[in-house]
Amino acid sequence: MSAIIANNLVKTYGKKKDVMTALHGISFNVEKGELFGIIGPDGAGKTSLFRILTTLLLPDGGNATVNGYDVVKDYRAIRQQVGYMPGRFSLYQDLTVAENLEFFATIFNTSIAEHYDLVRDIYVQIEPFKDRRAGKLSGGMKQKLALCCALIHEPSVLFLDEPTTGVDAVSRKEFWEMLRGLKERGITILVSTPYMDEASLCDRVALIQNGGIMSINSPEGIIASFQKPLFAARTSRMLNMQQDLLQLEGVEECYLCGEYSHVVVKPALDAAQLDSYLRNKGHEAVEVKPVAPNIEDCFMDLMKN
Amino acid sequence: MTNNRIITANQLTKIFGGFKAVDSISFDVHEGEIFGFLGANGAGKTTAMRMLCGLSMPSSGSATVAGFDVYKEPEKIKRSIGYMSQKFSLYEDLTIKENIRFYAGIYGKSDAFIKDKTAKLLQQLHLGSEANKLVRSLPLGWKQKLAFSVAIFHEPRIVFLDEPTGGVDPVTRREFWNMIYEAAASGITVFVTTHYMDEAEYCNRVSIMVDGKIEALDTPSALKRSLHAASMDEVFLKLARKAVRSGD
Repeated sequence: MSAIIANNLVKTYGKKKDVMTALHGISFNVEKGELFGIIGPDGAGKTSLFRILTTLLLPDGGNATVNGYDVVKDYRAIRQQVGYMPGRFSLYQDLTVAENLEFFATIFNTSIAEHYDLVRDIYVQIEPFKDRRAGKLSGGMKQKLALCCALIHEPSVLFLDEPTTGVDAVSRKEFWEMLRGLKERGITILVSTPYMDEASLCDRVALIQNGGIMSINSPEGIIASFQKPLFAARTSRMLNMQQDLLQLEGVEECYLCGEYSHVVVKPALDAAQLDSYLRNKGHEAVEVKPVAPNIEDCFMDLMKN
Repeated sequence: MTNNRIITANQLTKIFGGFKAVDSISFDVHEGEIFGFLGANGAGKTTAMRMLCGLSMPSSGSATVAGFDVYKEPEKIKRSIGYMSQKFSLYEDLTIKENIRFYAGIYGKSDAFIKDKTAKLLQQLHLGSEANKLVRSLPLGWKQKLAFSVAIFHEPRIVFLDEPTGGVDPVTRREFWNMIYEAAASGITVFVTTHYMDEAEYCNRVSIMVDGKIEALDTPSALKRSLHAASMDEVFLKLARKAVRSGD
C-alpha cells in the first residue's frame, strides 16, 4: 500500500466571477519510506496540496488517502499519524524551545522521553537554547525546532512545506542531511521546495507548475527524458551572445545558467557550428561544449508545453 | 561599468549590545557594476545593507553612497537609491498604476514625468491592459518584475535588491536577470543578495560575508580559481562552513 495516494485533486478559491484554480486534478502516489519532492515555484499549488493531504483543507474534487485513510472522512486518524511543518513558522513564539516541544508531545499523548531517540540528533543542536522563547530564535534554529515538534509523536509520514525557503546554501545542505537520516529510519517524507537543485536529493520528484504536475520521475529519470541537444556557451560578451544565438536557425532556446548560457538546439546543429557562428559574429574567448541538462533545464522545457 | 566608486565602506561596523553584527568591513562598488553581496543567514548582510541605505547608523567606521556620507546625509542617500526585497515591495491592494504613482510621488517626481514614463513602462512589461488591476491579482513572477521596475522608476544611481528572485520560476528568474543587466548597462549600479548560487555567477564581482566580516571579494572566476572550486556553490560552501555564528 502506498503511504500517500492523491487522485485527481482539485482545489479552487474565490467565487463564481473570480475563480482561481490552485490545483487542476493532481494525481500521484508516494510509497512507504520514500523521500518524495514536490518541486515548483511560488504559486504552483504546493501549499494547497499539503494542506489537503494534512486534512487542513477540503478538496473541491478528487480524493486522497494517507496510510490508507481518507483525507476527508478519516481526518482524525491521519492527524495521529502524520507530522506537518508548514512553510510559515507556526510554533508558539512566547513559549520556550523546551515548552514548545513539551506542548506538542502532550497534545499527542506522549512525552519527550518516549520518542527522544528520533529527535535527539536535531534537538541537541538547539538544546543550548532550550530556555529561550521560540520567537527569539534565529531562522535556522526555528526550523530545527519546528522539525522536532513535527516528529515528537513519531509520525510515519512527514509533510514539510518549503522547509528550506530563504535559507542559505550551507543550512540547506545540513537540513537535507537530516532528512536523509529520517528516511533511513523508515519515515515517509513529502517535501516541497522552489529550489530546483534540491530535486537531486529526493528519491522521486513531481515537477509542479500552475496547479498541474508536469512530470513525475526519479531525478535521473527526469534528466534522461530531456531529449534535445544541449550546449554550454560563453564569450566575453554574454548578453550579445544570447541575442546572436537566438537569431541562428536551429537554436530553440538560449538562457543564462551560471557562468555559461545553455543553448537548446535542433539535432542538426553541433558545437563546432555554434563556435564558428559566434566567432564570425565577432565574439572573443568563445567556448562551446556539450553539457548534461539539470533539473531547471528540464523544468523550463516542460513549462513550454 | 566605470572606475567611479559609488559605494565606499571603510571599517564599517555595527554593534548591538555586545554583539558585532558587522565587523569592520571595507569594500568599494563601482558605478554600473552588478555587485553580489552573499553570506549565510546571520552573517550580517541585512545589517550592512541597512547602513548603506541610510536606515541604520553605524557604530564606527565610514561609508559613502552615491557620494553622500552615511552619518551626515542619510536622507540624500535615500533619494539616490532604489530598494526592492522579495518580502515587501508593492502594495497588494493598490493597482499597478497606483503603485507606480505612489512610489514615484514619494521620490518627488513631477506628474508629467510620471505620466510619460508610466506609459512606456507598462508597454515594456506588456502590462498595458492590466494597468488598473490590483497588484494582488498578478502572478508572482510579474509582481517581481514590476517591483524591480518600480524600484528604478525614479532613476536612482544605485538599486539595492534583497533576495529579489526567491521562489520565482526558472524562466522568470532569468527574465529578471536580463532586466538587471539592462539596468546596469544604462548606468544603474546593482547591489544584490541571493541564495541562488548560479546567480552569483551573473555578478561582476561578489563579496561573501562570514560572521560579520567580508571573507572574500572578487570576480566569480577569480574566486573559483583561488579557492580551487568548480562553481560558486562550492566557493560559498568552503567559506561559509567556517562560520561560528548561526541563524538570522
